Amino acid sequence: MSELSHPVIDLLVRQFPGVDFAPAPLLAKKNKSDEQMCVRVGPDRLLDVMTFLREDDSCCFEQLCDLTCVDYLNFPKARDRYGVVYSLLSLTKGHRLWVKCFVNDPSPEVPSVFGIWKGANWMEREVWDMFGVRFAGHPDLRRILTWEAFEAHPLRKDYPLQGRGERENFETITRESA
Amino acid sequence: MTTEVEESVSTPLEAGPATYAPEEPGGDVWVLNLGPQHPATHTTLRHVLELDGEHVLSCTVHIGYLHSGFEKLGEHLNYNQYVVVTDRMNYVSPMANNICWHHACEKLFDIEITPRCKAIRTIIAELARIQDHLLCVGAAGLDLGGFTAFMYPFNAREDIYDLFEEICGARFTTSYTRVGGLMQDITADWHRKVKSYCTDVLPRVIDDFEKLLTRNRIFVERTKGVGYISHDDAINWGMTGPLARASGVRRDLRKDEPYLCYEDDWDGKGTSAVDFKVPISRLGDCYARYQVRLAEIAESIRIILQLVNDIPAGPINVLPDDKMALPGKDEVYFSIEGLIHHFEQIMTNRGHQAPVGEAYGANETANGELGFYLASDGGNSPYRARCRPPSFINYQCFPELVVGHKISDVIAVLSSMNIIAAELDR
Repeated sequence: MSELSHPVIDLLVRQFPGVDFAPAPLLAKKNKSDEQMCVRVGPDRLLDVMTFLREDDSCCFEQLCDLTCVDYLNFPKARDRYGVVYSLLSLTKGHRLWVKCFVNDPSPEVPSVFGIWKGANWMEREVWDMFGVRFAGHPDLRRILTWEAFEAHPLRKDYPLQGRGERENFETITRESA
Repeated sequence: MTTEVEESVSTPLEAGPATYAPEEPGGDVWVLNLGPQHPATHTTLRHVLELDGEHVLSCTVHIGYLHSGFEKLGEHLNYNQYVVVTDRMNYVSPMANNICWHHACEKLFDIEITPRCKAIRTIIAELARIQDHLLCVGAAGLDLGGFTAFMYPFNAREDIYDLFEEICGARFTTSYTRVGGLMQDITADWHRKVKSYCTDVLPRVIDDFEKLLTRNRIFVERTKGVGYISHDDAINWGMTGPLARASGVRRDLRKDEPYLCYEDDWDGKGTSAVDFKVPISRLGDCYARYQVRLAEIAESIRIILQLVNDIPAGPINVLPDDKMALPGKDEVYFSIEGLIHHFEQIMTNRGHQAPVGEAYGANETANGELGFYLASDGGNSPYRARCRPPSFINYQCFPELVVGHKISDVIAVLSSMNIIAAELDR
């Protein structure tokens, strides 16, 4: 492929020969240098790849800038359902890389990167809360924005915008019962 | 990487992590609930503190009290409608959110805005930064008992609200940007008002701060050495913005990934980027954060003064041909083409035809890197509108910052972080 202008992708391919990274820009642009490069990794090799990206002297991704998830339920040409998106940032090299890790129902799970970047702590909790993707090895995987008794994962595409009546049926504590 | 560093003027003080250890582990420990409704938390945050006497042994943060499903809403509103929701995220500086949202949209659509629009957006982005810092620096005084330091800058913030009201009609919920441009042009006299505000009012406010807080012994002793975070930890925890720069992290998106007028040749005529310095401190404590913010206000004034004298003439919106920007009201009301164009843009089954793909756009806002990760399936609203909220990511290391300190220091650390719960919980 000709558009592999990102400095890190060659290194990755050399380091992990068995992995199909499928490098591609997030979106094709008129100006090739504006493109934001993305690679994909399966959950089995995720930690190895992330550790390499953090530690290698040419990669130097010291910061996990963002961690989120996209539910590709009805997305055109999508094969997998949940794409956990890691946005990595190198402050010394000044480059960014997006890493996607796809998982599927019934029990979507990826390894936690909290051991590599502490900043993953709340972001992984948010993805668990909103999408129901579990992070194996996370020290404290509780819901963060909704409450513990809440059962749904509201940012999934099959969750309705109006909710499922949680607000109307919210348990109220009366003075007598308290 | 052209970050110029301005060393903090304060004398270095031995800042480091607090090292309190209880004499009898597991002894007389009690639990205190701070928040969710407490004057010093400013908004709805809840901390559960484990205390040994006055010393904090552990802190658990509970958030989510203001969760409003903004990201879910983003999947059901189109690219122009969602700007209204971004006002409600960091309501202290709504203009910065507006600009960042449409910066991300324009990355997705791959369009370049006009030079006039860039200059105006840069000016209001800097005004929003000043607006945010004035509140945060003032609140840092308020929480430590100095009410004067909170009220003085509020007069100056009021003037910024007046300036915003003049260009968009709203004071708090501005919603000023649109895809490919702005809601409307600035008024004829606006730039002169901004200039006189920056030359006459703001320097006096900074002077006030210098007198009220910078060498105020109570303030300095309550903030120096408190809430320390090291350079490497700040990066590892994902910190950005003034919090990271107070720990010596040389990172400012305006310099490192320039956009708007922070970029060379922004008007296509070879004009160089605006000239400013990025204030950095190495102390990493609450006082350093105060200093960095105060120095950033001065730099923002410099940026505004460079631009405000000659805002380029020309249209504020991109050309109507590619159906990105809404036509002006005079076209809509007085020409059939404008009317059709307007309807094409706002009808629910038309609107913006976004390319299928994903894009991330980020701006340096007052609290740090505010970014939007947009996924589009080709419809006229995003498939996924992820907001990277600086408050949320900065705030997660809060327990690390307060453990070992006294309970009154918790308040000092909290106000130095400038957490806006509406952005935290979205």
